[in-house]
Amino acid sequence: MSAPMTLLDKLWDAHEILQRDDGTSLLWVDRHLVHEGSHHAFAKLKERGKAVSNPGLTFGVVDHYAPTRGGAVAPDIERMMVTLGENARTHGIRLFDLMDPGQGIVHVIGPEQGLTLPGLLINCGDSHTSTHGAFGALAFGVGATEVAHILATQTIWQKRPRAMRIRFDGVLQAGVTAKDMALHWIALLGSDGAQGHAVEYAGSAVETLSMEARMTLCNLSIEGGARMGMVAPDAVTFEYLRGRPFAPSDFDAAEADWRALSSDAEAAFDREVHIDAGDIAPTVTWGTSPEEAAPITARVPAQDSLGSKAAHARASLDYMGLEAGTPLDGVTVDQVFIGSCTNGRIEDLRMAAKVLAGRRARVPGLVSPGSSRVKRQAEEEGLAQIFTDAGLEWAGAGCSMWVGMNGDLGESGKRCASSTNRNFKGRQGRGARTHLMSPAMVAAAAVAGHLTDVRPMLEGRG
Amino acid sequence: MSGWSELSGDAVALRGANIDTDQLIPARFMSQPRADGYGGFLLHDVRVGDEGHPLNHHAPQVLIAGRNFGSGSSREAAVYALVDFGVRAVFAPSFGDIFAGNAVNNGLLAAQIDEELCAALMEALGDGAGAARVDLAAGCAAIAGHDFDFTLDPVRREKLVNGWDDIDLTGQHMDKITEFCGARFAAHPWAMPTPQ
Repeated sequence: MSAPMTLLDKLWDAHEILQRDDGTSLLWVDRHLVHEGSHHAFAKLKERGKAVSNPGLTFGVVDHYAPTRGGAVAPDIERMMVTLGENARTHGIRLFDLMDPGQGIVHVIGPEQGLTLPGLLINCGDSHTSTHGAFGALAFGVGATEVAHILATQTIWQKRPRAMRIRFDGVLQAGVTAKDMALHWIALLGSDGAQGHAVEYAGSAVETLSMEARMTLCNLSIEGGARMGMVAPDAVTFEYLRGRPFAPSDFDAAEADWRALSSDAEAAFDREVHIDAGDIAPTVTWGTSPEEAAPITARVPAQDSLGSKAAHARASLDYMGLEAGTPLDGVTVDQVFIGSCTNGRIEDLRMAAKVLAGRRARVPGLVSPGSSRVKRQAEEEGLAQIFTDAGLEWAGAGCSMWVGMNGDLGESGKRCASSTNRNFKGRQGRGARTHLMSPAMVAAAAVAGHLTDVRPMLEGRG
Repeated sequence: MSGWSELSGDAVALRGANIDTDQLIPARFMSQPRADGYGGFLLHDVRVGDEGHPLNHHAPQVLIAGRNFGSGSSREAAVYALVDFGVRAVFAPSFGDIFAGNAVNNGLLAAQIDEELCAALMEALGDGAGAARVDLAAGCAAIAGHDFDFTLDPVRREKLVNGWDDIDLTGQHMDKITEFCGARFAAHPWAMPTPQ
C-alpha cells in the first residue's frame, strides 16, 4: 500500500514532468489565464521570437483595467485593453473582452465558465489565483517572466511548498462569513504566517460553505502568505460545475476521477491549525496589512500588546488616522465598496442586499458585480434595485476599486469600508484608507455611516 | 539580461515590515512600457514628498528591509522598479513567495537574513548609506562593518550569475513536455477545455 498523501501531493504528482537535482519540479499547466497586465510577458515572448505553445489552454480576460462606470476611457487604459486584444488575436487565444457576455474578473469567470475544474493546475499573472483552489485545483499566481515561460512552454518550475491544513470545526454564527474566517486566521498567524506553504482548508465549517464562500476563503490565502489555498472537491463542487459552458462533456467520468482528490485520512501535514468556527465574530481590519484585523466588537489594539509588530502598527494607525483604544464599532466611513474577486459573486451581493433592503445608505458607495453574468443575475433577482434604492451606485463588472487601475479610486484621507482583499497603503488611491470586511459588514457600514456589527441588522431577516 | 557574481556599492536601510508590492510600485504606473525605465516609480507614493526618505538622498545597490518584503500582488513591475533604480540585492528576514521568484528572474538577489542581523544592520546604517560588498559565489556579504554568510539555492545562484531566466533552462526538456501532454489528456480527457 502506498503512503498516505495530502491533496497537495496528489495534485503535484499528477502534474510533475520531471524534478531537477535541487528538488524543483517542472509542472504541466492545464489552464493559463492572461489579462491586460500580461503585456510585459507578451513583449518578452516577442523578444525571444517564441509562439504560444498551447493557445487552446490559454484564455484572455479583460478585467484589471475594465471601465465599470461608462463615460470616456483614458487613453492609457484603452491601450492596455487594445494590446491584450491584439496579443490574443496574434496567438489564437480565446478572449473574454468587454463585449463578451461572459466578461468579468478572471477569478470569477474561470469558475463560472467551467474553465476551473478539480484536479487542474491553473496559473495566472495575479496573486489571487489561489481562488481557483476552492475547486480542488492547484492554482497559484505567477510573475511576468513566469507568464512568458508558461506561454512558451505550457509548464512552470516550482518548488513543492510545505503542506499546511487549517481546520475550521463547529458552526459559524449568523452574519459571519468566509471573509471573516479568512481575516480571523490571518490576524492569528500573520500576513506571512503561511509563507512557503500551501493551505488546505478543511473541517465541518468549510464543508458546509457554498462554492462562492470557498472561493472567498481561498482568495485570501495569499494575504496570509500562502501562494496556494485549496478545498477538497465534494458534492457542492460537482453541483456547481455541472452544466457550465466549458464543463467536461462526459461529466460523470470526470466526477469519478475527482472523487479521489482529497487528503488521505492518515496523511501528514507539515503544519496543522485548528480554529473553532463558533468563536469567529464579524471581523474588520484597522491597519494597512490584512493581519491588522480584529472583531468588530473590539477596540483598536494598544501597541504594547503587539510585541514585534508594534512599529508597523504605529505607522498603520498614523496612516489610517486612528488611535489605539478606539472602539472599532463607531469609526465613521466616507464611502463603501462592494465587489472584487474576493466578494463580487452572486451570494456576496445577496448577503449585502439582505442588509440593505428597505434601508438607506448614509454614505456614497459603489457596487461592482464580479462578472456580466453576476450582473444580469443580480438585476433579475432584484438586488440591483435594492442597491440603487439604498442610494448606492450599481456599476459594471471589473476589478474596479480592488486595485483602482481603471480609475475607480478613493480620495486621500477618505475612509472606505470595502469587501476587497488588500488594505495596503495607497491601494485604493494615494492616501485612501481602506477597512476590509465582508459584503454584509460593508452594507451595515453604509447604513450606519460607520463600522458596525451587522448581526443586529440581520435579526428577523432569515 | 546580464548576470553578476560580485558587487560593491552602497547599502541603505528601509525601515518597517510588510513593504508590499503596491508600495514598491503603485498600480497606476504599470501600463508604461518597460523600455522607458521603471526606476522613478520605485516607492513613489511613500518617497515623493518625504524629504527624509533615504532613497531621495542615495542610489544604493543593496537594500536592508523588514520582514515580509515584497508581499502582496504578483506584479513583477515591483522588481523592475528596484532593478531600474539600480538595486541588485535585498536582504530581509522574509519575502513574499512570488516576489522572490520574480526577483531571481530579473537578476535581483533576494536573500534571507535573521531578524537579529537585520536589526543590527539597520542600526549600523541608520538613515545614511554604508559600504556594501556581496559575493554570490561565496554566499557572503560585508555591509556597514558586518560580515555575514547567506544561503542561496544553487539553481537561483546559477541563474543570477549567468543572467538566465527559466525560459533559457526549459528548452532542453521539450521532448518530455510533449510526451507528458499527450499522456495527460489521454488519461484525463476532461482536462481538455471543450466549449459545449
